Amino acid sequence: MTMDARLVRDPINTSALLARVSRPSNGAVLLFVGVVRDVNDGRAVSGIEYSAYEPMAARELGDIAREAGKRFSLEDIAIEHRVGELALEEASIGIAVAHPHRAEAYEASRWIIEEVKRRVPIWKREHYADGTREWVDPTRAAAPART
Amino acid sequence: MSVTVLLFASYADALGTSSLRLDLEDGSTVRQLLGRLRERAGAHALPPEPMVAVNERYARGELVLAAGDTVAIIPPVAGG
Repeated sequence: MTMDARLVRDPINTSALLARVSRPSNGAVLLFVGVVRDVNDGRAVSGIEYSAYEPMAARELGDIAREAGKRFSLEDIAIEHRVGELALEEASIGIAVAHPHRAEAYEASRWIIEEVKRRVPIWKREHYADGTREWVDPTRAAAPART
Repeated sequence: MSVTVLLFASYADALGTSSLRLDLEDGSTVRQLLGRLRERAGAHALPPEPMVAVNERYARGELVLAAGDTVAIIPPVAGG
C-alpha cells in the first residue's frame, strides 16, 4: 500500500511515481501530469513560479490522498506537487493512482486534481513573454474557469 | 495576547511583509484579527472575507483565537 503525497523542489520523475503505485493486484495504473502551458488568458507565458504555505500544503495533499483512498477504495496513490521556478512543459503536478479496475482509478484521479485546485495553499506567479509577472487569481478569471 | 500572522503571494506583496505579530484582546476572533489587519497600509488588497487558516487548518471568522496561534491569510489558491 502506498499513500504518498509531497511537495518537491526537483523535477517530478513520473516513471518513479508510476512505479510507486504499481503492484500485481492493480490492473489499472493511471498518471495525470499537469504541465506549464505557454498561454494563459490570451497572454504568452514564459514560465511559472510556484510557492506554497509548505507545512499546510503538504498536510492537505496527504489528507486528499487519504480521502481519495477511502472514497474510491484505492490503496495506491502517489502525488507530487512542485514548488519553485518552472519552465514551459515542466510538470507542476504528478498524480499516480492504481486500482484493480479502471473506473475507480479514473474517478479518483479526477477527484484528486480538482481537490488540489480547490484547497491546497499553493500559488503561482506567471512570467510573461513581455517581461512582466503576476500572481494568478483563479477566482477572477474573465473566461469560465479553465485552469 | 500575541498571534503570528502569515501572508502569502499577492497579499504579502500588498502588505509588504510575509509575517507579522499582532497584539489582540484575549478572546478575539479571526474576524476581529482581520479588522486589525485592515488598519495596515496595503490591506485594501484583502477581499471582504479572505480564506484563513489557524494553525494550518482552514478556519471560519467566528473562531476564537488563542495566544501563540499562527493565522495564515490565504489568497485564492492556484495549485495543480
